[in-house]
Amino acid sequence: MRYATRRKIVSRVAEALCAVAVLLALLPLVLILFYVLKEGAGALNLAFFTQMPKPVGETGGGMANAIVGTLILIGLAGVFAVPIGCLCGIHLAEYPETRFSSVVRFAADVLNGVPSIVVGIFAYGLVVLPFKRFSAIAGGVALGLLMIPIVVRMTEELLRLVPSGLREGALALGATRGRAVFTVIVPAALPGILTGILVALARVAGETAPLLFTSFNNRFWSLDVTQPMASLTVQVFTYAISPYDDWHRQAWAGAFLLVMIILALSIMARLAVRRLERMNRG
Amino acid sequence: MTTFLIDTGTPRRIKAPVMQTQINGMASPAEARIRVRHFDFFYADAKVLHGITMDIPDRQVTALIGPSGCGKSTFVRSMNRMNDIIPDAHGEGVIEIDGRNIYDGGTDVVELRRRVGMVFQKSNPFPKSIFENIAYGLKIGGVRNRRQLSETVEKSLRRAALWDEVKDRLNDSAMALSGGQQQRLCIARALAVDPEILLMDEPASALDPIATTKIEELIWELKENYTIVIVTHNMQQAARVSDRTAFFMLGRLVEYGETNTIFMNPREKMTEDYVTGRFG
Ligand SMILES: Nc1ncnc2c1ncn2[C@@H]1O[C@H](COP(=O)(O)OP(=O)(O)O)[C@@H](O)[C@H]1O
Ligand SMILES: [Mg+2]
Repeated sequence: MRYATRRKIVSRVAEALCAVAVLLALLPLVLILFYVLKEGAGALNLAFFTQMPKPVGETGGGMANAIVGTLILIGLAGVFAVPIGCLCGIHLAEYPETRFSSVVRFAADVLNGVPSIVVGIFAYGLVVLPFKRFSAIAGGVALGLLMIPIVVRMTEELLRLVPSGLREGALALGATRGRAVFTVIVPAALPGILTGILVALARVAGETAPLLFTSFNNRFWSLDVTQPMASLTVQVFTYAISPYDDWHRQAWAGAFLLVMIILALSIMARLAVRRLERMNRG
Repeated sequence: MTTFLIDTGTPRRIKAPVMQTQINGMASPAEARIRVRHFDFFYADAKVLHGITMDIPDRQVTALIGPSGCGKSTFVRSMNRMNDIIPDAHGEGVIEIDGRNIYDGGTDVVELRRRVGMVFQKSNPFPKSIFENIAYGLKIGGVRNRRQLSETVEKSLRRAALWDEVKDRLNDSAMALSGGQQQRLCIARALAVDPEILLMDEPASALDPIATTKIEELIWELKENYTIVIVTHNMQQAARVSDRTAFFMLGRLVEYGETNTIFMNPREKMTEDYVTGRFG
């Protein structure tokens, strides 16, 4: 009896501590959202989404070009990073012992630790200098390079989680090793891999430094990926360091939108997992 | 000891006369579908199978029994070269199927595995629909014709006695099936590529008694068309489903013969001790 009460008390205390920990973790998120919304709400209106930036001195205007720019840039990053990252991850999971795998693993680790601004400089040297102009492609390459290690590691780990029985089942039916990987193992890990990709996209969507000397910025509407391109992060940065109150408000609105995009990507990741899991579990 | 067989329940059907007594597992070559000669197996330096020699007859059920770790799984997995995927493992000796040594250099392993199907201890349906699971083997074999796929899916599911339970939900995920249904699905999936030999490694060990009975009945029916090798640690099961039984111990084939003989009148003391439950 006394033991039972003691056990209940301990359990209650543990639960309370957990709840406190959850609150502490959630608090910064809520505060950030609240603060960014409070500061940016004034400038966040329809025009913000549909209009171009106004010249200094004129009030109003929006960030239509930067919003679309950010979407294009992370799209390009995905196009560069997903095939490379997934293939490397598959190789690491399938042939962990080979020399090539240790090289890939090392490269991914190093790349993961390189400051994003250095990756930006690298993309500058790789794409901007040879073509002699800033371009969305250069920005996409920089963001893609930042994404690759995340995608590689996630893919590798998720493939390793696939039960070995599935591989054996496929091989026993006469599948070659490669066939088994692409028809059974990768599909089984796909929900997780997709989430990983969305999470990686969300991470690079918030990058500013590597874009400063790759995609640079563009005051005009442009969908041309060989030209400089506006992005929310660079636009926010530019507006935030300006001396104008109106631009500060726009910067807050941009920051808010950025947070929302990242949140949306994370939620999409969640939903994708759920849908695919339901398909997998039945 | 005789009560052992009597309380196993399921009436055994009358069997066609099997091989005569054989010396150390050998039968007359004409009846043997799989001929194993002096087969050794190694995991790195550890030798886990020692000079296995036995003949496995066509269209019969051969059970492999023996205590855990004695090499039953290693042995069945050698018959479709499933062990090839284990690094540093290798077999030595001869396993002939239809007169050809599958350990010869020229063996097409993919082709071999299509002819020698396998059902695993832990059912392993792919996270795909029921239909896609059964059609998988055909699809990787290059069959694209929708009609042919549907027909084979139905035929295989019927053979595995699963058709009536799933015919209305072929597009549902196979993961939603019960454990017993999943295992029958895996059998159907193996049958779909039209193998001649079926290897089963403890196919019912994770199932409840009713599902187990279904699998055992299925094995009875399948042996009309397939040569079946089944590993089991359940001796009643071996007695119920098999025509012949091989008793393994520490990587060696101790005794092999007609199931009735192995259970009622074994030659070796060790076999008798094992089948009567004195150890293992
Ligand atoms: N992948 C492996 N690597 C190394 N040793 C193994 C491996 N698989 C099985 N063994 C060893 O081989 C022996 C036979 O195992 P196994 O064939 O699984 O026996 P059983 O199926 O009869 O229980 C055991 O000693 C086991 O530890
Ligand atoms: Mg085993």
